[in-house]
Amino acid sequence: MITAIGQWALARICGLGDYALFVARSFGAIWVTRRLPGRVARAVYEQGFRCLPVILIVGLFTGLVLGLQGYYVLNRFGSEGLLGALVSLSLVREMAPVLAALMLVGQAGSALAAELGIQRNSEQIVALETMGISSRGYLVTPRLLAALLVFPMQAALFVGVGLWGGSLSGSLLLGVEPGLYWSAVERAVEAKDVRECLFKAVVFGVLTISICAYCGFYAHRVGRATGARAVSAATTKAVVISCIMVLAADYVITSFLVNR
Amino acid sequence: MNPLEKQNQSAASDAALLEVRNLDKRFGAHQILAGVSFTVRRGSIFAVLGPSGAGKSVLLKCIANIETPDAGTILFDGTPLDFRHRVSRLAFRRRCGFLFQGNALFDSLTALQNTALPLEQTTSLSRREINRRAMEALEQLELHEHAGQYPAMLSGGMQKRLALARAIVTQPEMVFFDEPTAGLDPLRRNAVFGMIAKYQALFGFTALIVTHDIDEALAVSNTVAMLYHREICFCGTPAEFGASRHPVVDSFRDSARTLRKSVALLRQGGDISMENEAVDEDLKEQL
Repeated sequence: MITAIGQWALARICGLGDYALFVARSFGAIWVTRRLPGRVARAVYEQGFRCLPVILIVGLFTGLVLGLQGYYVLNRFGSEGLLGALVSLSLVREMAPVLAALMLVGQAGSALAAELGIQRNSEQIVALETMGISSRGYLVTPRLLAALLVFPMQAALFVGVGLWGGSLSGSLLLGVEPGLYWSAVERAVEAKDVRECLFKAVVFGVLTISICAYCGFYAHRVGRATGARAVSAATTKAVVISCIMVLAADYVITSFLVNR
Repeated sequence: MNPLEKQNQSAASDAALLEVRNLDKRFGAHQILAGVSFTVRRGSIFAVLGPSGAGKSVLLKCIANIETPDAGTILFDGTPLDFRHRVSRLAFRRRCGFLFQGNALFDSLTALQNTALPLEQTTSLSRREINRRAMEALEQLELHEHAGQYPAMLSGGMQKRLALARAIVTQPEMVFFDEPTAGLDPLRRNAVFGMIAKYQALFGFTALIVTHDIDEALAVSNTVAMLYHREICFCGTPAEFGASRHPVVDSFRDSARTLRKSVALLRQGGDISMENEAVDEDLKEQL
């Protein structure tokens, strides 16, 4: 029993070290990869443009629900005028970076893990190495660099659409004065809140894209599965671990930033 | 050309490009290769034959640095390869091409983009020059009309040619072929080996082919080696292979006759698998 626990713990520690090396080497490959800007632009399109509809839809509904729930809670205390503050702070500090990251994991992250898994299965990754091309530099580095740009932009967009959704349900449906709503937003949100939002988005971006890339890149190492099953197992693992890590990282970052 | 130049050229072509010395490889407790040694002459076609599971692909992957050998030395152009250093690893890889069993083409790239990929990522050539060279390689392999098509839109033979175009576009000195005809019918097998012979003569690269297609390999190669039970048990010209009385070579060469014997035995109420095991045991005893 103790041996099994020890082996499991050692395997996890080794896996963590391997993942850290993978991320470090992927960033290190910036210096050896040729024609990187073109590949980064393509990755920005895949992560950014293709995921735009889901970010807009989820952002809008999150804002609508926040406006609705917030109104009924604040109404009990006669503080409907603070609806803008509630919606904006909830979105900027927590919901936008977290939900945008989870949506991006579901769409771009899972697609990345599956694509790399298939490329591993069909020896395309080995083929790159035999051609003298850095497989991490060619396949992973552009995605990581794109995540640094895309995740904060998507979080900002999520906030914008969410605020609009909040005003839609609060002002249009429930009768809160629009001027009151937007002035509360302006008074509540400070520069440090925006910084926190963008910082979280960057961290979640690097974390999720690197986890998805790692799981796909080493799909042949996931359990005993092979072929299509290995790809499916790697994709599932990538999505589950990424989602857990987003929430765990959110708690850690918040606990550090809230005290300041 | 004066006689001295001729002599020098002949000496250069006879010189070893690749030398493998006492290569060992094991996966856990399972020894795959033990003391494998052979030499591949520059500009020749060298075929490694052997039964499935003999370690042919592992041998090729050890040489191409896809797997790391446990022991042994590999000399390329007279220099021992040290794969621990990135610079020497890259220098070796850029002098070699690799054709995979499943082609390993990028599905999301067109034929032209697939061919241009090694040039794009390993050279500082202009986009125009890269496209010109990639197009030239496609033309030489009679694929220029399919430059804009994706690999999935090409036939099996065309995909094989496209993989070869990608392998030779950087003008490598050596090309490794891993089971290039696996899963193909006899006509396509012949076509692929014909393609290897044709383009090897055209481009002058040195070819190392791993296969279990005896007749085709004998037809195109200059040297044949037989890998059996972790070791090279025969190495010589196709003519020597044909005349060899080595028991393993004999059993491979006459595999059809062995099969006929086994089937006859089965029809008389015997068991083929037992018979095959017995043949294997016989070979081990004879060795």
